[in-house]
Amino acid sequence: MSVLELRGVVKAFGANVVLRGVDLAVEEHRVVALIGGSGSGKSTLLRCASLLETVDDGEVFLDGEDITDPRVDADRVRRRMGVVFQAYNLFPHLSVLDNVTLAPTVVHGRSRAVAREEAHALLARIGLTDKAGEFPDRLSGGQQQRVAIVRALAVHPRVLLLDEITSALDPELVGEVLSVVREVAAQGMTIVMATHEMGFARQVADTVAFLDGGVLLESGPPEQVLGQPQHPRTRQFLSRVVDAGRLS
Amino acid sequence: MVFAVVAYLAVTSAPGWPRVQTTFFSWSAAVDAFPEILKGLWLNLQVLLIGGMLILLFGLLVAMLRTLRGPALAPLRILATAYVDLFRGMPLIIVLYLVGFGVPALRLQGVPTSSFVLGTAAIVLVYSAYVAEVFRAGIESVHPSQRAAARSLGLTYRQTMRIVVLPQALRTVTPALLNDFVALQKDVGLISVLGAIDAVRAAQIIVGQTFNFTPYVVAGLLFVLLAVPSARLADAVTARARRRQQSGSLL
Repeated sequence: MSVLELRGVVKAFGANVVLRGVDLAVEEHRVVALIGGSGSGKSTLLRCASLLETVDDGEVFLDGEDITDPRVDADRVRRRMGVVFQAYNLFPHLSVLDNVTLAPTVVHGRSRAVAREEAHALLARIGLTDKAGEFPDRLSGGQQQRVAIVRALAVHPRVLLLDEITSALDPELVGEVLSVVREVAAQGMTIVMATHEMGFARQVADTVAFLDGGVLLESGPPEQVLGQPQHPRTRQFLSRVVDAGRLS
Repeated sequence: MVFAVVAYLAVTSAPGWPRVQTTFFSWSAAVDAFPEILKGLWLNLQVLLIGGMLILLFGLLVAMLRTLRGPALAPLRILATAYVDLFRGMPLIIVLYLVGFGVPALRLQGVPTSSFVLGTAAIVLVYSAYVAEVFRAGIESVHPSQRAAARSLGLTYRQTMRIVVLPQALRTVTPALLNDFVALQKDVGLISVLGAIDAVRAAQIIVGQTFNFTPYVVAGLLFVLLAVPSARLADAVTARARRRQQSGSLL
């Protein structure tokens, strides 16, 4: 059974139809990379999957449960997923440590001591132990994004959704964030990530899915989709990416 | 500064100045009136403190109602908006008359008739509408991505408001709230129109007995003294907020 599955997901904002019936299944311990131009619907797909948007049609399943059913308590579903955003979205009025322990204590009812201990362990893994007491604005973009990943991991999510998490970073900070993702993936976390980092997608993803105009045109192993793309739109997109120097 | 000197000279050299001096600025009249006015000011302070707290609570509640989303909650939103429109538009003195004289005239059982309670209620009604708008601006100034981050972690709407949105909103609007507090400090003197013996009313009574207007000046100066510390506090908080913003702490 898939951890996360989208079936015929349709989402429109007014007259602008962003997703036109997307099917996507994500198996446990797998990493799926969503690629596609801006406006292709990658972010919207992730926002629909994480119930930050309501779908207009179709279903989303988390561990086999239809989470788009209106009778489902969306707050309880969101607890089981981790989301990392392009702009980090750390809480600026809370310390790094409090950012990480917030959901474990408030949502999952863990004791402060336990949550803190685990948060310190997570921060140690990303090398930010000494920043635990700092406020987010004292950290670099790369450091903030690493904290955001850890914040999402602290709730032990079933699936981690990464929405172009390196797009807002200076180029020299991209590596440190991607290496955290690589480590998390290696430990078996199920991940769906929208990304422009084709080299990274090739290395880490089990499946690459190409989204174009709200339709999932092509998906498969990275060497296939990135190496021998079948669809002309995929080829066109990848050649533009190569021209921009982002495909290693 | 030059203007102040010119104004001072103009006033003191005016033909009517000696008369004005004895009727408005008589030291002995001021000393005589001072204890009564101070006692009245205590009532103003009570209205200020109790009213101030109620205004914060009520204003926050209205602001939250106004920022609710979704079609199902539209009636609450419309109600809150109508309330704000009504009481922001209506002059405070008219609300004071309506509440202060209208409510007792209903002769309802159990409804207080004290001018202190009704005056405070009228002030709370009007100021909550202003403060609600301040809070609303603050809530809306918190970027939607902050809510998205909070909700994605599984926080409920209430938890998101309490832990993520309101603390940030409050920080943004504190200068504006303190400014409203300064305005409230002098408007509490308006409960005198309902007959409550506050500083203004106490002064009025003495004026009526002595035909000397100095007590008004005394009451006015006491209100100014009351306002100065909060005005300085508002300045300090505003300056701090500006420094924080310039260092780029907010997303």
